[in-house]
Amino acid sequence: MNREPLIRLAKRENMARGKVWMIRLAAFVFAVLLGSLIFLIVGTSPFTAYGAMMSSALGKASGVRQVVKTAVPLLGTALALAPCFRMKYWNIGAEGQITMGAMCATYFALTFGKAWTSLPLLVVMGIASVIGGAVWALIPAVFKARWGTNETLFTLMMNYIAIGIVAYLQDGPWEGKKGSQIIPNFEKTAVLPKLFGVHIGWIFVLLLVAFMFVYMKYTKQGYEIAVLGESENTARYAGMNVGRVTRRTAAISGAICGFVGFMVASGANQTLYSGVAAGVGFTAITVAWLAQLNPFAMIVISFLLAVLSKGASGLQTSLGIPASISDMITGIILLSMLGCEFFINYRMIFRGKHKEGEAAK
Amino acid sequence: MSVSAHLIQKGSIPLEQKTHAVEFRHITKRFGEVTANDGIDLYLDRGVIMSLLGENGSGKTSLMNMLAGIYFPDEGEIYVDGKHVTISSPKDAFDHGIGMIHQHFKLVDVFTATENIILGLEDEKYDLKAASKKVREICERYGFDIDPDKKVYQMSVSEKQTVEIVKVLYRGADILILDEPTAVLTPQETEKLFFVLRAMRQDGKAIILITHKMNEVLSVSDVVAVLRKGRHIATVRTAETNEQQLTEMMVGKAVKLDILRVPPVDPKPCLTVKNLSCRDKEGTLKLKDVSFVANSGEILGIAGIAGSGQKELLESIAGLRHVAGGSIKYTPADGSESELVGKTPMEIKEAGVALAFVPEDRLGMGLVGGMGMTGNMMLRSWNKGKGVFVDRKEPEKMAKQVYDFLEVVTPSIDYPVRKLSGGNVQKVLVGREIASEPSVLMSAYAVRGLDINTSYVIYDLMGAQKAKGVAVIFVGEDLDVLLELCDRILVMCGGQVSGIVDARTTTKEEVGRLMISTGGKGEN
Repeated sequence: MNREPLIRLAKRENMARGKVWMIRLAAFVFAVLLGSLIFLIVGTSPFTAYGAMMSSALGKASGVRQVVKTAVPLLGTALALAPCFRMKYWNIGAEGQITMGAMCATYFALTFGKAWTSLPLLVVMGIASVIGGAVWALIPAVFKARWGTNETLFTLMMNYIAIGIVAYLQDGPWEGKKGSQIIPNFEKTAVLPKLFGVHIGWIFVLLLVAFMFVYMKYTKQGYEIAVLGESENTARYAGMNVGRVTRRTAAISGAICGFVGFMVASGANQTLYSGVAAGVGFTAITVAWLAQLNPFAMIVISFLLAVLSKGASGLQTSLGIPASISDMITGIILLSMLGCEFFINYRMIFRGKHKEGEAAK
Repeated sequence: MSVSAHLIQKGSIPLEQKTHAVEFRHITKRFGEVTANDGIDLYLDRGVIMSLLGENGSGKTSLMNMLAGIYFPDEGEIYVDGKHVTISSPKDAFDHGIGMIHQHFKLVDVFTATENIILGLEDEKYDLKAASKKVREICERYGFDIDPDKKVYQMSVSEKQTVEIVKVLYRGADILILDEPTAVLTPQETEKLFFVLRAMRQDGKAIILITHKMNEVLSVSDVVAVLRKGRHIATVRTAETNEQQLTEMMVGKAVKLDILRVPPVDPKPCLTVKNLSCRDKEGTLKLKDVSFVANSGEILGIAGIAGSGQKELLESIAGLRHVAGGSIKYTPADGSESELVGKTPMEIKEAGVALAFVPEDRLGMGLVGGMGMTGNMMLRSWNKGKGVFVDRKEPEKMAKQVYDFLEVVTPSIDYPVRKLSGGNVQKVLVGREIASEPSVLMSAYAVRGLDINTSYVIYDLMGAQKAKGVAVIFVGEDLDVLLELCDRILVMCGGQVSGIVDARTTTKEEVGRLMISTGGKGEN
């Protein structure tokens, strides 16, 4: 008992910016090395494997296009989640909000695809998707504001309802060929045009980055969100309408998610199916946190994740390594990146090393 | 451990004594960039009550937390009875006979005193009867006055504190640390506490008292250890020192300990509260028929044991609480009259009623910890002006003003206020409310946990507001200060007004009596 604990933790503050990035870089290198170990275990040279990942993702223009296409919904959704998370409102219902947005857009694509010209149709689809996503996000927010329900569970459950509704449409009213269980492809008029080979959604999300940065930092609403996230009492004290801010922020978040759904359905898939969100709503949570809710950092993180995901499928096709292995690599990288924040915030002091621990600071 | 051998009387501490009850040798503790304790050498003997005195942030609590096993020192050693010990958990502390009574009680409400006392004792058979008997013995020995079978939720604050002390004694502690024990007590209860502390000293216990209140230091302790900025300045015998000297050691320079009180300036009713009632979320009546008048150019003090409805009263006036009944008439200097009940917090604030409430955690209400001074000034003005963007220019100017005027210590006005010391946080809060030039300034616990110097800055600010004709309502904890600072004192007890007295003529005893008498009558 008369011994000092082996490792003690001490909080540290104000680490130099350069050192912070060194730690993050070290974490990345560590993850890559750990990943090499896994490649060695399955009997592949890490160099070949990483090389194949990189060349499939960034080696050819088609690969890059694919990467951008994957990054667009990730980035869009992470941006949507940012104000909610800043407010400490845990919206994990992006998946459902994307699905509802895509569904609302699809309704107009299927109904007016032949009758209308492209531009008005796309505009209407966009508006419909925004409304669909916003309404879907608003339901849990209203309950939260009025009865204090737990938004985490509520938004999560809303995902399954949204996916269920689309699954029903896919198998019923909107089914193309009977028995196909597939919604027919959109008419050309309902498909987002391309620029540099990728649907123009990438321009929208880049605009959204700037918008979200300004919104959170310089607007009254952004200020309300930041205050409410820190303390509800303080927000009330400052005369803010807590319920209204909660509802409004959730709706904005849902609206952006809905728009992402529109971009995915109209731009990437050119149809709708129940898996339209494809886990983006959850992966975007990681993106938002890794970027520490900074919109510009989100560009980098979502691009990185998209590269990893494209690299993974490249591994499978070129080297025959199962996709699950690449998923493991992605997991290791994410875990190290998140885990290294611990070393940025805390200092470890080993037993009997007081002086050295201090000197190393 | 032979206790009686070391028993010594007040004022006669033999310096040649070989082993001390507790000895700190060169203790250093750092939190990030901040050095809380810097090479502290300090000892304490049995049969002695030691006051640990120091300004806020001088390292008192962190030093004691190392003794109680809550923190672990970065450097240095702790000796108990001459033996080098390692205290890495509260359990270790108990094994060495060290017990700490914290400011916030850790009791289970639905348990009796005895059940709470034996809670968590692993190596003892669960025998309520025997335990209850032992509790009674401890109570008799030191003169505690509690019923071992009373449930905690039926107890007064002072009784709960007694349970905490008995709990520590029951576990065999003979080195006791009390962290600001009198903050929650009436003057009468404080006397009672001091009585048992003296009885424990007689029994050879070593007692450390962390406190801010100078009169308590002088009346109960044998020695006073003064800390300043993490360093141990000196340990002096209480009999050989005085308030002025101790304060100078604490602050490091000469300070003036007078509150300048001018007669009320042209007092006119500014806030007329009639039969105000309010309930909390559970529907319990928190304020009952509260009536009083707050005049302009006057400081109205509000006294009462913690939780007597002070917070609810201020929040009701500020519009933060749903009022169940009654009226609040507001008559600012321009002669207009309006009813505040039913208005939103924003409207009330716009009308010129400011509230500076310092909650226990300092940040829970009124400030945003993660933002800098500018961001916090914005809390008042964020909604002003047209357009969707917030104006940062005005708040920035205000932040600079407060920064200069109140000498806030911060690396920059954008540095998160959470990382500032308590005193500076409070300066930001009070400074912002004053900068809005209110007609009514309500402040609650404005000097909570502040050092002497800063406290007097705040008192002076209140006085200056009064001189400007503002109606100041001051909820305070220290009766001595209320008596010196205020013009009238409203005493609350159990959500009711138990009396309104003239601060110039009343006595501490009278206020103390009103603090525990329900159903009293106000002057209105």
